[in-house]
Amino acid sequence: MSERSGLYAIWYREFKVFLREKSRIVASIINPILWLLVFGGGLGSSISVKGTNYQAFIYPGILAQAALFSSIFFGVYIVWDRKIDFLKEVLVAPISRTTIFVGKILGGATDALIQSAILLVLGAVLSWSGIIPGLNLGILSIVLSLFILFITISALVSVGLIIGSKMESPEGFQLISSFLLFPLFFLSGALFPINNLPAWLAPFVIIDPLTYPVDALRKIILGTSHFSLMTDFGVMLGFLALVIIIGTYAFKKMKV
Amino acid sequence: MAVIETENLTKKYNGLTAVDNLNLKIEEGEIFGLLGPNGAGKTTTLLTLTTLIEPTSGTARVNGFDVVKQSDLVRKSIGIVFQDPSSDEILTGYENLKLHGLLYGMEPSLREKRIKDVLELVDLTDRKNDLVKKYSGGMRRRLELARGLMHHPKILFLDEPTLGLDPQSRTHIWQYIEKLQKEENISVIITTHYMEEVDRLCNRMAIIDAGKIVVLGTPEELKKVIGGDVVTVKTENPNIAAVKKLDFVKKIETKNGLVYLTVTDADKNLSEILQAIGKVESVEVHKPTLDDVFIHYTGKEIREGEAEGGWANKIINYNRKK
Repeated sequence: MSERSGLYAIWYREFKVFLREKSRIVASIINPILWLLVFGGGLGSSISVKGTNYQAFIYPGILAQAALFSSIFFGVYIVWDRKIDFLKEVLVAPISRTTIFVGKILGGATDALIQSAILLVLGAVLSWSGIIPGLNLGILSIVLSLFILFITISALVSVGLIIGSKMESPEGFQLISSFLLFPLFFLSGALFPINNLPAWLAPFVIIDPLTYPVDALRKIILGTSHFSLMTDFGVMLGFLALVIIIGTYAFKKMKV
Repeated sequence: MAVIETENLTKKYNGLTAVDNLNLKIEEGEIFGLLGPNGAGKTTTLLTLTTLIEPTSGTARVNGFDVVKQSDLVRKSIGIVFQDPSSDEILTGYENLKLHGLLYGMEPSLREKRIKDVLELVDLTDRKNDLVKKYSGGMRRRLELARGLMHHPKILFLDEPTLGLDPQSRTHIWQYIEKLQKEENISVIITTHYMEEVDRLCNRMAIIDAGKIVVLGTPEELKKVIGGDVVTVKTENPNIAAVKKLDFVKKIETKNGLVYLTVTDADKNLSEILQAIGKVESVEVHKPTLDDVFIHYTGKEIREGEAEGGWANKIINYNRKK
């Protein structure tokens, strides 16, 4: 009883803060739109990928990128909680560290999923109005995409929380996470097809965990993919399990 | 029954001993003060008793439960007000309390009733729907005091409850602590480096320095140890020999052109002292304070106002950075 109510407590707090800080939502939507319209539109005027409009091609990648950035950055809030003594208030409550960790994941995942949902609806509108043609964003594919994104986001929020649990200052968090964010994003094939890569690059793309959700989203939204959906799913679930195990351990060891 | 009992409690950080073989017993219903300068080991002791850090060696029992082996039961028995602000300022006062009730698994009906009660206790009922960032430092402390009490703890820990507050807010906090100890009948443990705080609130106190308990007793007992009133005389050529002959003078110390005398019944005997000591520029007589006790036992003055963990300052820095 107490653990379930504790889980709800952690989620409740994160969600309330998210709703109140409207600038967070707005900022998290503006960036992906710029990538899609300016970068995609600019480059797309001279190239296309295997007959697919370039903007449409990178749309699944931009969805994953938005999820990546807001999920990882969610970890910085735990550093802020430690700066004041709010973290102690939570750690001294009679609930387990695992509950705190899972509650934080659900809180962060809610934030990032709302952002994803907005971007998906926006994509449907852009496709329907003919600005970015060729996106298959019916109800079913939106639901499937959200499911893929939920798994991805949960794993990435865990990564952010693991970094946050070790960091003493927000600056330190920023530094470490930006070392992680850009390689993860660029190597994921969000901006280019991954079937004809130079030999030196291919292995890096294959070990990037973000490659798989991008691939799965492309299958759902554009109907093309490099791996099978089963492979994508398997890797995503394996990665999620791995980071949850590491994260639970990191939270148990976390100092006040 | 002892609500807190430690046995050779020790905590080391990288070879530095913050708490050194601490043996402490605190009884039910007491307001107990842990007094000491910054870095004396007060907060470390408190974090160990509240299960947030594990002792290097030794044991501690809180409400009868071991802080390491039964940390869950310890946490259910205690409430804490931390040294730094620990409420979420993006939430309202009410939401902070609701969050606390959820964290402690309180039934919704009990939770709402307790929120109402504790808000009334600290006079914040009419501000409960304001965001905490709009609260003053004193109000925020009161909210956190209310929160610490909400789940009916047996023992309430207050870490420097009035650090960084203005004198008026400080007096307010003291009044609330006195009120709640009466109304809620709980044991309270306060760490502080303010003498007046201990003198006003505590039934018993311990002076802690370099991780060790130097002395323990009621404030009155400790003040009696000084052995009389304190007379400070400013004079150029004190006739120490003559003063020494007076049998009501217990102790003589000279420092920076001032003579410090410990005297029984100073009111009655002052004129004789002044005659004996020679030409006097100024004189001051006061009853022994805990400051005198502290100097007596540790040989140094407790330094006020330079606490590195200034509560109000942290809020300001936090807001600025955000």
